[in-house]
Amino acid sequence: MADGRKVKVHPVVLFSIIDSYERRKEDAKRVIGSLLGTVDANSVTITNSFCVPHTESEDEVAFDMEFARNMFDLHRRVNPREVIVGWYATGQDITEHSVLIHEYYSRESKSPVHLVVDTDLKDTEIGFKGFLSATVGVPGKTQGMMFTPVPVVVDYYNAERVGIDRIRNRTQSRGNLISLPTEFENVLDMTKTLQTMLEGVSDHVNNVLAGSAPIDQKIGRYLMDLVCTVPHMEEDEFDDMLNSNINDLLMMRYLGNVVKSQVALNEKLINTSTIQTT
Amino acid sequence: MSSTEPVVKQVQIGGLVVLKLIKHCEEDSGGPELVQGVLLGLVVGETLEITNCFPFPRTTENSDFDEVQYNEYQMDMMRSLRHVNIDHLHVGWYQSSNHGNFVNRAFLDSQFLYQSSIEESVVLIYDPLKTAQGCLSLKAYRLTPKMMSMYDSKHFTLETIKAEGLSFNDMYEEVPINIKNSPLSNMLLLKLKKENPVPEKVEYLNLSHSSSLERQLRLMMSSVDELTQESGKFVQYQRSAAKQHQSKLLYQQKRTVENAARAQRGEPPLPEEDFNKILRPIQQPARIDALLAAGQVSAYCDKVSSFSTQSLGRIFMAQAMDNKD
Repeated sequence: MADGRKVKVHPVVLFSIIDSYERRKEDAKRVIGSLLGTVDANSVTITNSFCVPHTESEDEVAFDMEFARNMFDLHRRVNPREVIVGWYATGQDITEHSVLIHEYYSRESKSPVHLVVDTDLKDTEIGFKGFLSATVGVPGKTQGMMFTPVPVVVDYYNAERVGIDRIRNRTQSRGNLISLPTEFENVLDMTKTLQTMLEGVSDHVNNVLAGSAPIDQKIGRYLMDLVCTVPHMEEDEFDDMLNSNINDLLMMRYLGNVVKSQVALNEKLINTSTIQTT
Repeated sequence: MSSTEPVVKQVQIGGLVVLKLIKHCEEDSGGPELVQGVLLGLVVGETLEITNCFPFPRTTENSDFDEVQYNEYQMDMMRSLRHVNIDHLHVGWYQSSNHGNFVNRAFLDSQFLYQSSIEESVVLIYDPLKTAQGCLSLKAYRLTPKMMSMYDSKHFTLETIKAEGLSFNDMYEEVPINIKNSPLSNMLLLKLKKENPVPEKVEYLNLSHSSSLERQLRLMMSSVDELTQESGKFVQYQRSAAKQHQSKLLYQQKRTVENAARAQRGEPPLPEEDFNKILRPIQQPARIDALLAAGQVSAYCDKVSSFSTQSLGRIFMAQAMDNKD
């Protein structure tokens, strides 16, 4: 069963898991839900999830299968390509109840992935681990189940990357509120990041030259690639290119302003015209 | 509704909603069709908090999805979400748009329905193309009270527009957005950032913008065309109304002359006939489409200017860097 598969998870899944954990009932210690996604040759991509109500006590666990089925149907109407690929649980241990639930999910999907999200902050951060199940035991006699760990990586769409960067709270404000910046501020932010990155690189190079840092060939090769990707251009060519681009953009702005004033004029004319009624 | 104070002064969105929006638009962007969905949350004082959302299935031309099924789906979803303690209060809807092309009749209709049943509802417009270029483009809009009352009356003539004092700028207003994350989500964000500090595929400082600019221009051109069409219709109406007025005056004149002649000859005057029975008065075309077209054009112009600001910033930055060498 451990066929070298990778598990890719999208950040939206982790966020909804945390959200359902925060909204759990008073006495529940952990939340459980289904994971939806797509499966291909060598990896499983988890793109969506929903929480399923369940109750758990010392010796038994009740799981609302009807609800799970219903929710899956609703979700499938929106995105028919998503299938159930596993289930998640918060907390950090795998209990015997997990085995039962895992068996239920094995009926829904071929080899379900079990994602454990550590919301108790054991290692002072939120950890998530993936597991696949394997049957152990002597064939012919009663078989048990073993959960084998499987590597989990976070995968992003481009837009998700932008979204994540945006909703991250850059400042230490108590209120936890972040407002959406204007476009200009965006550009400023990114250049600042670029600047810090460049400073880091140049510091490292200086240290190597001064002999205080070890020479690493891999880093050297990366630097070489970096410097070579800057296209070599004559000064005037570069200026030309920049100027023509700037002219285009300024022309666009002018055009936009002209159109706007034209529309306003149009409105004024029509609104102040009178119609002679019969 | 008679107060001029806005009911909702700002909108607070949870990080989860932003991600779900992005994911839905990303996965469903098979074609130029719009994706839509429902926003759930609650109202706290003057702030509208949006805590969750769910998408609507996409309707295609030949699908058999109709009103009833839509409502069923919505009811089902909200009932199930209530079981897991998610806020099930409807507070608005969201829609994706390409470069801001959302100002049309359907948008107006839906938002009017929402705002009349739930006063604080907003519509979130998300632009996937702009976000992919590096700037999260999410805006919240509401219809102004003037627009609401005019829509209510269903009369879109010139007189009503003048009476309300409505211009194409006043149709809808933007509400500022804040993003709020719970502490656990913040921890998750920190961990994600630690693992993956460098955005590999997104090009925030990309200098090439011509294709996007071309697309925006084309959209602007088509909406300007629409606006000219509507203006043309209106001018035609004006002309024919003026002609009709002229012919009515003429007719009345003829009548009075006839009557004077008859009075001279001692015959009874002709009865006054209602002019309207002879020539039907022409209907004034609804100005709402023209208003919408004007609003759309102005939205495009705004988009173009903000886009050019951003690109100019990037270019000047590149120039500064080059001058350093």
